[in-house]
Amino acid sequence: MSINRRQFLRRAGMVTALGLGGSFVITGLRGKKVEAASSAAEYETSKDALVAKHWAMVVDMSKFKTEEDFKRVIESCVSIHNIPDFGNLKDEVKWIWHDDYEHTFSGGENEYLTEEFKKLPFAVICNHCEHPPCVKACPTGATFKREDGIVAMDFHRCIGCRFCMGACPFGARSFNYRDPKQFIKKIDPDYPTRTPGVVEKCIFCVERLADGKMPACVEASNGGLIFGDLDDPNSEVRKLISTKFTIRRKVELGTQPSVYYLVGGADHA
Amino acid sequence: MYKGGRIIASLIIFVAFLSFPFFSNMGKVNASPDKAFAANLSQLQQAGKQCVEPASYMRANHMQLLLKWRASDVREGKTIYVNSQGKSFDISLQSCLECHATPATQAATNPVGVSNPALNTSSDQFCVSCHNYASVKPTCWSCHAGPEGVAAQ
Repeated sequence: MSINRRQFLRRAGMVTALGLGGSFVITGLRGKKVEAASSAAEYETSKDALVAKHWAMVVDMSKFKTEEDFKRVIESCVSIHNIPDFGNLKDEVKWIWHDDYEHTFSGGENEYLTEEFKKLPFAVICNHCEHPPCVKACPTGATFKREDGIVAMDFHRCIGCRFCMGACPFGARSFNYRDPKQFIKKIDPDYPTRTPGVVEKCIFCVERLADGKMPACVEASNGGLIFGDLDDPNSEVRKLISTKFTIRRKVELGTQPSVYYLVGGADHA
Repeated sequence: MYKGGRIIASLIIFVAFLSFPFFSNMGKVNASPDKAFAANLSQLQQAGKQCVEPASYMRANHMQLLLKWRASDVREGKTIYVNSQGKSFDISLQSCLECHATPATQAATNPVGVSNPALNTSSDQFCVSCHNYASVKPTCWSCHAGPEGVAAQ
């Protein structure tokens, strides 16, 4: 038996059409089955949730006088986010911490500053930049900027490449070089822990905002940290920022940080 | 047949060898996770509880649903799931554990504290009873804590 070219082409075409058509039918059916029950379902934001167009923070340095003021704020964050303490500076994981003036505002100081001034402590956290370089650097979309301006983390997606750590000009990101679980004082079940090879940082307490609560550090700061919507002209942060003298970290880099430092004092002023 | 006897004998040995695993494991296999499932589900039904979606849907698609939950909660900030019947649930693994880690099973398996339904290998626990059977190893619990607040190892 032999077939000529025309017959061969016709049959080949029919088989191809059959194969493609069949696979479409099968994938189509399977897709429908998965969707069936959840298509009627919806996702909503919680009614209690605090919402804003652009979350921002003002750090009133007049309220941070003693070591105790910093410790209280840092501890409030560490306890609810399962932040490990590896006990050495190289592996340090920090969401909110303090650094001296010289390093916090490097590049901006004049040469006649006294040593005491350069050593003044400042509370520092992730700046939740308007143009976050870490988000641009992240190859997996593990870190991303939310609609409300918060630069958040999806720990599930982090592959530990640490490009974001190199990209962040503020050193606001930390890496888990080892398994953090043994180094957490007390695990809070309401927040996940991390695995080795995952980057973490301050997320402006998105999980608390969703429940209608202010970030933990803001609550613990006794008014030293003011948090609110920068886009709302009547919010406290907006009023402070528009009427008082505030500075931001490394503005010359153009990342537009959302954390403002009130240095003269507010009512403060 | 040339050397027929040898060929047939060898064939019989070959087939016996191939089917050895079936016969040796006959009756020994962990038949299915149905027992643990049934126990857990009947407990829940007695308590008048219903899962976020119908059980048949959950059985087939719980992971897809969890992935959607994750995207919604982490990325879109939508933390409430309204199911097809209009009931709303908090998007959290704790919502699952509220039912699927029952105090009774917890007390029985580990009176001290941790009894993670996904981890506890005593196989009468909800998640693990099926995951063991299907040889699936999800990593949820390497970060998310069990109901008692003690992270899994």
